[in-house]
Amino acid sequence: MAQITLAGIRHSYADSPSSPSDYALKGVDGQWADGGAYALLGPSGCGKSTLLNIVSGLLQPSEGRILFDGKDVTALDPVDRHVAQVFQFPVIYDTMTVYENLAFPLRNRGMAEAEVDARVREIAAMLDLDDMLERRATGLTADGKQKISLGRGLVRSDVNVIMFDEPLTVIDPHLKWMLRSKLKEVHQRFGTTMIYVTHDQIEALTFADRVMVMTEGEVVQIGTPVELFERPQHTFVGYFIGSPGMNVMPCSLFQGDAIFDGEAVTITEKPVGSASGSLELGVRPEFITFAEDGLSVEIVNVDDIGRHKIVDLRRGDHRIKMLAGEDDPIPWENPRIRFDPDHTRIYADGRLL
Amino acid sequence: MAAKTANHKAWWLVAPVVALVAFNALIPMMTVVNYSFQETFGDNVFFFEGFKWYEQVLGSERFHAALGRQLAFTFTILVIEIPLGVAVALAMPRKGIGVSVCLVLMALPLLIPWNVVGAMWNIFALPDIGLLGRALNGLGLAYDFTQDPTSAWITTIVMDVWHWTSLVVLLAYAGLRSIPEAYYQAAKIDGASAWAIFRHIQLSKMKRVLTIAVLLRFMDSFMIYTEPFVLTGGGPGNTTTFLSIDLVKIALGQFDLGPAAAMSLIYFLIVLLLSWVFYSLMMRNEER
Amino acid sequence: MRRFKWLVPTLYIVFLMLPIYWLLNMSFKTTNEILGGFSLLPQDFTLENYKKIFTDPTWYNGYLNSLAYVVFNTVISVCAALPAAYAFSRYRFLGDKHLFFWLLTNRMAPPAVFALPFFQLYSAIGLFDTHIAVALAHCLFNIPLAVWILEGFMSGVPKELDETAYIDGHSFPSFFVKIFIPTITAGIGVAAFFCFMFSWVELLLAKTLTSVEAKPIAATMTRTASTSGYELGLLAAAGTLTIIPGAFVIYFVRNYIAKGFALGRV
Repeated sequence: MAQITLAGIRHSYADSPSSPSDYALKGVDGQWADGGAYALLGPSGCGKSTLLNIVSGLLQPSEGRILFDGKDVTALDPVDRHVAQVFQFPVIYDTMTVYENLAFPLRNRGMAEAEVDARVREIAAMLDLDDMLERRATGLTADGKQKISLGRGLVRSDVNVIMFDEPLTVIDPHLKWMLRSKLKEVHQRFGTTMIYVTHDQIEALTFADRVMVMTEGEVVQIGTPVELFERPQHTFVGYFIGSPGMNVMPCSLFQGDAIFDGEAVTITEKPVGSASGSLELGVRPEFITFAEDGLSVEIVNVDDIGRHKIVDLRRGDHRIKMLAGEDDPIPWENPRIRFDPDHTRIYADGRLL
Repeated sequence: MAAKTANHKAWWLVAPVVALVAFNALIPMMTVVNYSFQETFGDNVFFFEGFKWYEQVLGSERFHAALGRQLAFTFTILVIEIPLGVAVALAMPRKGIGVSVCLVLMALPLLIPWNVVGAMWNIFALPDIGLLGRALNGLGLAYDFTQDPTSAWITTIVMDVWHWTSLVVLLAYAGLRSIPEAYYQAAKIDGASAWAIFRHIQLSKMKRVLTIAVLLRFMDSFMIYTEPFVLTGGGPGNTTTFLSIDLVKIALGQFDLGPAAAMSLIYFLIVLLLSWVFYSLMMRNEER
Repeated sequence: MRRFKWLVPTLYIVFLMLPIYWLLNMSFKTTNEILGGFSLLPQDFTLENYKKIFTDPTWYNGYLNSLAYVVFNTVISVCAALPAAYAFSRYRFLGDKHLFFWLLTNRMAPPAVFALPFFQLYSAIGLFDTHIAVALAHCLFNIPLAVWILEGFMSGVPKELDETAYIDGHSFPSFFVKIFIPTITAGIGVAAFFCFMFSWVELLLAKTLTSVEAKPIAATMTRTASTSGYELGLLAAAGTLTIIPGAFVIYFVRNYIAKGFALGRV
């Protein structure tokens, strides 16, 4: 097991990259502590799978270094890095039985048969595969196959990190949560570092202790699920996480207060640093309430989604979404809203001030 | 895939195919069956002969010899073409201009009329004017496929390898291309050796296309006629007279319609039976 | 080892090209030069052989005849196979499995078995020595093949496409022609390629069913070889020219071939 450090990782699939847009990864730094459960979250094409393959050693980064426990492993092959990876589509060796599949990585490393047998049976029991060890792996369902992929990682006791590349994509919805809780269980039992790549915020937020949010080849925030929700470091995080996402509206600053569409908006946390670039105000729908005095708006639509109502508002050209409780009255006549000053933030060029 | 719906009107959709194939298959087949039970002395006078021709064909030395040669030939070319085709496919480039170049050049022999293949190999291998014949004789080997049975056999087999290995290559290559990258990545992480990758990933994923390759090569080599006929005429002596060549000799050369018809049916049944055996053996292997 | 990987396909291609090179070499020699000596390149380079083929009607008609029945056969096979393949890929009907199997068994019938009966059959219906006779005869093995290939491609097209089209008010023919066929053009390309290929290379049946009017180029070649002695240069030139249509066809469908093979259907 190991602490993983990424130092200035840049990667381009082009032979001679010239502009920043040629890079799939535009300089990633970060650290994953030993034994943590991490998620890499971002939309398709943000570079998260590229980053994963660089950590596992399937790809060589164009620039930068990867350190395992302070030791530079950038030049090492996947085998020598002692990593395991579970892919989007289950990879099983269909010539082999479930048992042989699980034993494969150990036998490749020349482990004694008695030891192999002990490890395989232990892991199979853990993953509820023990009653199908002698079956051909081909005949299994997608979740069974995915468990074998995971098992091939777990059998090896020397694994530094297990990586998951959208592992639940092909699993039936009702089995997803079972497999996910199995992952949690495995993590608690073995304490192996796990990195989980996904574009699904629910998967990321439920699985991980800390989430790394990526967009366009950059990491925009690393934080706990609560931090991502309450203090998005980047408008992208605010927008991408949460349903509906954060409202982001242009604004200006005047004496520490934000001015939005000609009206002052109070914020508790005064922005520090100089405000350059285009300024935006971000507030989550959860932190907007109807108020006696405040911004006057028009109500465009009210959508009842069970325990909440999503209220679609308009002020001038700006659209604002807010959440109202199920029983909250909707002030149809002359509605006014208020942003919670504790949770209203100012962004310059997308980044939190 | 959703279950197919029952619809007996679908027969109308298959009717043209059935009509065309039936016209070509059933009527001639009936003619053959008819002949196979009768004796004729010309002038459309026929006598019913029962199973006489079948007994005669099945008991004849000549048929046994041709069948033996046929089996030896088919076995040899399968043993060479399948592994060679797989090896070439494994070594082929995966991307870039090389793929097109390889595909086009390799497919070329498949589209040459079969008699031209025979003629081409004839002038290529002739000991006096052919490149191959000259080269081998220059090396001090006594090579002459028109006189020497061993030379004739080797030439026929090399010609077939030349002609058909590309079919195996194309099939195997397509099978390899359909393997997702993740399999290779997982194998790398699992520390698999090159041999293990070949055995457990590549070969296992190619199984389906290779089944088809073996079946096609089996069937087509069992029916081979034109290429060896043009190359050697079945000789020297009868050494390269395979079943089809022998059949045509009997039917069109000697005009022995009865025995030829009986032999046709036996021949067809052998191909069907062996294809079926091959197919079910390979399918059972897959299910296990 | 990895560095020498390119050697395998390269050597294989060299092996494939050697006889073709020799054929080409011969086609540019006079018969006298061929029989008189041995040289790796023509010493007395001549285009006479090709000139003869392009000016003598017995020769160039051979090409036209071959192309005519091959094209005929490809069109008939693919057109007949399209609806049948659709039926096999979408519907269950009485005897469907047996029918499919029976069709495939015809691919296993040795042409030599059919040579004589075909001669009698096509003579009896007055089609002997016509292009259409050869085109129809080749349907015996090309239709099963086309049905097999197309069925594979069609099974890969989700059924929802059909259902949506019917809900949108398409009749079966309009759906089939306007929507379905365009979605499986790759499959049609592959099927047509194989029909063209097997019809173009076959000689036994083509030769048996023709004498003068529809005589294929391949038959012209064998007869030249046997009747007018050894005109090797001419034979080589004619052989070289038979490679060209195939080379064209491969070049155009090269991207489809890998795809068609990938489905495991040939």
